[in-house]
Amino acid sequence: MTAGSRATVFARFARSIAALLQHLGAQVLARLAKLGQASVMWWLAIWGLPRRGDFGLLVRQIYSIGVLSLIIIVLSAFSIGSVIALQFYTQLARFGAEDAVGLGLALVLLRELGPVVTGLLFAGRAGSAITAEIGLMKSTEQLSSMEMMGVDPLRRIVAPRLWAGVISMPLLAAIFNVVAIYGGAVVAVQWLGSDPGGFWSGMQDAVEVWEDLGKGTIKSIVFAVFITWIAVFQGYDTEPTAEGIGRATTRTVVLSSVMVLALDFALTLGMYGEFK
Amino acid sequence: MMRMRTVEISVGAFVLAGAIAFVVLMVQVSGVSLETDSGAYKLYARFSDVAGLRVRSKVSMAGVTIGRVAAIRVDTTYGEAEVEIQINGNTGPLPIDTGARILTEGIVGARYISLMPGADEETLQDGDTIEDTQGALVLENLIGDFITRMGDS
Repeated sequence: MTAGSRATVFARFARSIAALLQHLGAQVLARLAKLGQASVMWWLAIWGLPRRGDFGLLVRQIYSIGVLSLIIIVLSAFSIGSVIALQFYTQLARFGAEDAVGLGLALVLLRELGPVVTGLLFAGRAGSAITAEIGLMKSTEQLSSMEMMGVDPLRRIVAPRLWAGVISMPLLAAIFNVVAIYGGAVVAVQWLGSDPGGFWSGMQDAVEVWEDLGKGTIKSIVFAVFITWIAVFQGYDTEPTAEGIGRATTRTVVLSSVMVLALDFALTLGMYGEFK
Repeated sequence: MMRMRTVEISVGAFVLAGAIAFVVLMVQVSGVSLETDSGAYKLYARFSDVAGLRVRSKVSMAGVTIGRVAAIRVDTTYGEAEVEIQINGNTGPLPIDTGARILTEGIVGARYISLMPGADEETLQDGDTIEDTQGALVLENLIGDFITRMGDS
């Protein structure tokens, strides 16, 4: 091999490395730009709400985000609560510790499963609906015509949805927890014959208002912020085609589910990390 | 505007249901009593060893939970643990010669403090220290003692 051909090989190699780096850099910059865009949108929208006449919009959004999610929340809460009680009972009965079913059920639900499962169902039920709705508004150019009429779509479309999510989600999580605990009580106490006194008092002894209920509620609020944020931005950022709306909806559900699980770990580590 | 009316009614019902759920979670699940705990007071107790005792562990007398461990500190001068105990308001005063032991619930259960009532007329006031204490039994120490004694005989 001559010195010249070796140099060309090297030059080609260097060029392909440069191309790779450029591709990577462009990707990172594009992602960062999206993130920045999404953050600006969120910030502008979340403070854009408190104005006269917005209350009606908010109520309508709480209806479509919160009230319509209620059925799926209640149904899954009941089955999850009764399944946990059933599993706990069969395992704990081997050690004669059936009384711990109540407290185990309540702690698991309040700290982890309540907010997380509500978040996942919320992402699937409400998040996807938000993305599809806004995506369709964008592809039928309702958003740009609003802007043309001097109506800020951030105020009229985005803000009520963000706030409705943040208001609805803790309520849904609380309803989920109550239904699941009573579902567990039905299985453990009525059906399996665990002692109701031990079930409820063991629970009341172990559960703390701030430590368990309060921190679980904080989790659900944080999840709501991220799910509605992702859903609204994906809708806003849709490619204005039928295919694009489908992709954006899928992305909302996938991204917010992953986000809920990752955030749950981070929040648990941050709030319960010392294992007091 | 019939439709808006049903929307508003269902949102109202939803918010109300959520609020009720929170109240149920607080009262029925966390066991918060709505009365204020007015007569609650603090006691201190010093133990040679509190192994396994935690903040928020139970404090009981005759098997009835009457308080919680509020804080655990170490006193490096004496090498002892100082435990702050929060006694519930409805308990009433305890005799001044009340004793405290650290026991275990079941074989592998959580550690808790058991108070043994004394007979003195005088009572412990807020901030007083329980003198008569017995620390936690540490299994390793018991086994160590046993092995040394085996070696001696």
